[in-house]
Amino acid sequence: MHVPDGFLDAPTSVGTAVVSAGVVAACLVRSARHELTDRSAPLAGLVAVFIFAAQMLTFPVGAGTSGHLLGGVLAAVLVGPATATLCLTVVVTVQAFLFADGGVSALGTNVLLMGVVAVWVGYGAFRVAVALLPKRLSSVSVAAGVGAFVSVPVAALAFVGLYALGGAAPIPLAQLAAVMTGWHVVIGVGEAVITVLAVSSVVAARPDLVYGARGRLPALVLLTPEPVA
Amino acid sequence: MSTRRLVVLGLLVSALVAGVLSFYASGHPDGLTHVAQSLGFSGTARSSAASGSPLAGYAVAGVHDARLSGGLAGLLGIAVVGLVMTGLVLLLRRRAPRSED
Repeated sequence: MHVPDGFLDAPTSVGTAVVSAGVVAACLVRSARHELTDRSAPLAGLVAVFIFAAQMLTFPVGAGTSGHLLGGVLAAVLVGPATATLCLTVVVTVQAFLFADGGVSALGTNVLLMGVVAVWVGYGAFRVAVALLPKRLSSVSVAAGVGAFVSVPVAALAFVGLYALGGAAPIPLAQLAAVMTGWHVVIGVGEAVITVLAVSSVVAARPDLVYGARGRLPALVLLTPEPVA
Repeated sequence: MSTRRLVVLGLLVSALVAGVLSFYASGHPDGLTHVAQSLGFSGTARSSAASGSPLAGYAVAGVHDARLSGGLAGLLGIAVVGLVMTGLVLLLRRRAPRSED
């Protein structure tokens, strides 16, 4: 999903950088005020590290093609969507400058696709799914899988939208949309599997740290000793 | 499980994935690259301005064993991402006025 330099023209790349910078600025404020707590803050660093690691593990999806985790919904459910945008921004920036993975002039585009569109649309799908599912803790992991699956083809279609605005080559857009969606629906299955595994592991160990499980934990019951007759 | 134990466990899993398992990752082009190749616009890609980085392409310059080079690059990436994100979180926690919790 990492867009290299040159796929999009300069005005589109500048435009995505401006939009991404604005969203990241808003997410800095929202993350600090509404998402990060003293208890959950250590999880944010771990989530960014895990996404970087998991993105190295590209998996085959057939016909000489591979995919990798985007991690947007995984992060959003565990630490909150604004913090997820920050995690993905850090990961994509380190990848662009240290590993030459994703272009430097395309950095704004990659933050927009993976750190904004995948995170927020995927998190929206998670919220819808979690509202429809039974009010159990296990529903959080299932809904995370739904959001993760949705996030990948949506990010792919967002790329098509950007390509329509400022693509470098004249490619038939309907065809581009069709093949991008086709491949990324398959990659979305892998995204869902990894997301469910990761989210359910943390939910099993420490449900109290999981942002997407807020309001779903059983209320604490005060147990008082039976009076001795 | 304590938060510290959870974080340490998560870091170990991440180190295993980036440092060891990444060697076995699929070498095929990813979805976007594949589509660009099949529709014929992959040639418009330009080399990244960061392509001279000593870690470009998830390999450490000068380390010729592919397994070692990729694994080291992965571990270095984990360290950098972890430090940057943790620093950012600490900064946000210190600066921000709380509105809840």
